[in-house]
Amino acid sequence: MSFPHRHLLGIEQLAPRDIVALLDLAETYVDLSRSRGKHSDALSGLTQINMFFENSTRTQASFELAGQRLGADVMNMAMQASSIKKGETLIDTALTLNAMRPDLLVVRHPHSGAVALLAQKVNCAVLNAGDGRHEHPTQALLDALTIRRAKGRLHRLVIAICGDIAHSRVARSNLLLLGKMENRIRLIGPPTLMPSGIGEFGVEVYDDMREGLKDADVVMMLRLQKERMDGGFIPSEREYFHRYGLDRDKLALAKPDAIVMHPGPMNRGVEIDGTIADDINRSVIQDQVEMGVAVRMAAMDLLARNLRAEAA
Amino acid sequence: MTDLIFSNARLIDPEACSDDANGRTGHLLVSDGRIVGILPADAPAADIARERGLSAEVVDCRGACLAPGIVDIGVKVGEPGERHKESYKSAGQAAAAGGVTTMVTRPDTQPAIDNPETLEFVTRRAQAETPVRVLAMAALTKGRQGREMTEIGFLMDAGAVAFTDCARVVADTKVFSRALTYARSLGALVIGHPQEPILSKGAVVTSGKFASLRGLPAVSPMAERMGLDRDIAVIEMTGARYHADQITTARALPALERAKANGLDITAGISVHHLTLNELDVADYRTFFKLTPPLRSEDDRRAAVEAVGSGLIDIICSMHSPQDEESKRLPFEEAASGAVGLETLLPAALRLYHSRDLTLAQLFRALSANPAKRLGLPCGRLASGAPADLVLFDPDIPFVMDRYTLKSKSLNTPYDEQRMQGRVLGTWVGGQEVWRRA
Repeated sequence: MSFPHRHLLGIEQLAPRDIVALLDLAETYVDLSRSRGKHSDALSGLTQINMFFENSTRTQASFELAGQRLGADVMNMAMQASSIKKGETLIDTALTLNAMRPDLLVVRHPHSGAVALLAQKVNCAVLNAGDGRHEHPTQALLDALTIRRAKGRLHRLVIAICGDIAHSRVARSNLLLLGKMENRIRLIGPPTLMPSGIGEFGVEVYDDMREGLKDADVVMMLRLQKERMDGGFIPSEREYFHRYGLDRDKLALAKPDAIVMHPGPMNRGVEIDGTIADDINRSVIQDQVEMGVAVRMAAMDLLARNLRAEAA
Repeated sequence: MTDLIFSNARLIDPEACSDDANGRTGHLLVSDGRIVGILPADAPAADIARERGLSAEVVDCRGACLAPGIVDIGVKVGEPGERHKESYKSAGQAAAAGGVTTMVTRPDTQPAIDNPETLEFVTRRAQAETPVRVLAMAALTKGRQGREMTEIGFLMDAGAVAFTDCARVVADTKVFSRALTYARSLGALVIGHPQEPILSKGAVVTSGKFASLRGLPAVSPMAERMGLDRDIAVIEMTGARYHADQITTARALPALERAKANGLDITAGISVHHLTLNELDVADYRTFFKLTPPLRSEDDRRAAVEAVGSGLIDIICSMHSPQDEESKRLPFEEAASGAVGLETLLPAALRLYHSRDLTLAQLFRALSANPAKRLGLPCGRLASGAPADLVLFDPDIPFVMDRYTLKSKSLNTPYDEQRMQGRVLGTWVGGQEVWRRA
């Protein structure tokens, strides 16, 4: 299995066969994680550093667990509290860490493109855990694995992505991945939360959610970030929920076996009705979390194989 | 008496009609720092020298182009405050090597050039350190804060040629209109930055597919048009002399055209970067392409090139903005904006000649003649009586830009490693040679 990439910076760089290879390997890690002895030595002897310049609980925990299950030495650095406050530049932070000789660097940063910039300055493999509004590749990959397992395929599906598309790196990575795998993508949201030039992306854009959900196989909800409220992007949470929140009525327009996804953390009653999120027949939100660990194990394993091949 | 004869030169006269738009061969005579005559090519230079005075030095141009030196409006020099980015000395050398014979400097220094004392300081520094002419602009409002106008009268007495807060828009229209009313009474030229400041706040690229793909904060190109519309209304209200530093979008051009047709005293400029690059050049977050205003779509670029050709956009400048490595080696949103341009202005502008979009006469109208005219300077012409501020260049020499060869202290050129065509061979200011290619 070849994965011709030094880093995992975005979905943009991946070919469809890279995506399939990664998901196939992730399947084996789903099985491993479900077994009693949840351990492999794939990353044994390697050092993984998680650098989060932006708050995160679930993504960081997921990467940490993924590394530990594969036997890596894992260290977490809460970058918000440390050197950037002292005025150190991103490049200097990167060089400092690089000198500690990590093998895998997992980075989240509030600015688009920052992870790629950092990757230019280090010798190890870098995984983008979210950069600004740009990309969040492991999220798109875990979503893809979840869809593939629930639907039996990852192509020719009608996938509706709803909510704050403009500010969402999850939406961007999903758009790229699901597009590469040849699905029909619909974007649903108020025009204030739609990125400009979106019509040129080969997607269908809807500001009426009911219309957009018609016959969808997958309904992917995005989190409405509270800070968007102050920006005047939407008039109020209740109007937003009324028009763009996922409730029984609206979901009934999608295919009867449509699955409901959400990258979390959820705002119940803002973008999604709590009873739908908890409906085990429709919601795959918990599966997404589980697939997240497996996909991250697979991604780190593939990059580590390349590192070892390079050293040999 | 003739001191200097440029023989066998392809003379680029910005005022030339279409037949000679790409130059006509001849000799140019210089005496006492001024152009004293232009002769057709058939007379041998040696004979002319004999006739006109034996002391004349002959510069054999061997068919290279000779044009009026470039007048570059909007050059940032880091004095006072940021001399590590660019000093008068380094900027002067860069200008000479780039064929820029007059630098019109920006007041967005630290502190801002907003009082006669600071202006006198920079004028003194410029005189001591630079081989080319330097004219200083001053801030329109104190500290470029947009609250109180500067001492426009005193600053003019001290030599300020124009008033501008540079890329900071005077958002308070009351302050702006009062400053323009006052400026009008003194005949001062005000340079505005047409941009709706609230709409464009925080934006680092132009909105569109590319910005969305990269996930960068973006501003609609309409923000430029809104800013221009406001400024035009204020000019109409006050009668002030106004120059828009950069008009870079197609949607702003009809407004500019109407304002000119209505007889307002308005001109407009554009940086050579916006004429030769577009938003896609940012590619993978390359911060050397982060400019103010941000690079535009290819459609906008094409429209701007056409507007330079028709004369609707009057002036091409470099918008020389030196930034050191530290301020550029950052995530795109955090990185400093701007590019150095003194040395690349002419080779970059020549791309438009090689692409057959503009003639050499059209280029030098925008690079030399129009900026000189706008500032009331005698240079910018190839005519008897004009100062012998000249640039000799070969428009065809190909080279690959290497930023480490630049004379600027800062090396942030977006043309690094790009193929260029056309090199400056020599620069003269007032008949004095200030630079020659070895």
